[in-house]
Amino acid sequence: MSRPDREARVRQLLEQTPPPVPPDLHADVVRRGDRLVRRRTAARRMLWLLLFAASVAFLVWALTARPWVEPPSETTPPLTGW
Amino acid sequence: MRSRQASQGARRAREFEAFVAGAAGRLLHAATLLTAEAPGDNPRARRLLTLALAHTYASWNRLRGEDPYDRTRQYLATRFARDAWHRYGGLGRARPQPGSPLARLSPQERLILVLRLYEGVAEEQTAALLGLSTERVRAICNRATTTLLHPPRGPAPAVVGAKVAPS
Repeated sequence: MSRPDREARVRQLLEQTPPPVPPDLHADVVRRGDRLVRRRTAARRMLWLLLFAASVAFLVWALTARPWVEPPSETTPPLTGW
Repeated sequence: MRSRQASQGARRAREFEAFVAGAAGRLLHAATLLTAEAPGDNPRARRLLTLALAHTYASWNRLRGEDPYDRTRQYLATRFARDAWHRYGGLGRARPQPGSPLARLSPQERLILVLRLYEGVAEEQTAALLGLSTERVRAICNRATTTLLHPPRGPAPAVVGAKVAPS
């Protein structure tokens, strides 16, 4: 038996008895899909919020600590007997 | 502005409903073949299809001309491959159900057979989707065809230990 022949027979075998589609499939899908969308939106919102909070925290820290200012020297010997 | 958004949403909802009405029958048949369940009693196939369609629904606005059927089928296939890997990976095969013509095949053989012959996906695309080489897909398809047309004698689970490759 040649290959196209066998494939045709397998196709016939696969095509038998399609299962009945449940009537509430669309409602189920929409419910799940809406939940998925809501969850994705919430996750995105959380991430943006986190990013915003992190940048605010960094800004506040930078303005209070001023890491770019050269620290005052602590190694100069005291000036005595002058 | 708000009313336009609402009307667009309603149009999309109608489009999606039409898509489900048109595609659900064929996709459910494919899913039932994948899970090797009887046509009348297919809870796993229904679950798989609901998940796949829900994903298509969630990305319905971002399809941008992509074929939603193709997208759903892809999700169905990859999801089934992943589930099969987790479910049967180390535990051998599931109990074959007598209602399905594919009961004596392994999950991977069913997946490739359904994609190639029932859905008519090209060999290269199947290979790319599952992360296998084209030759391997062809070999598995041939083996599955042979098993299906010339069933080995004896009890059905003759290929114990057949494993699903990670996809």
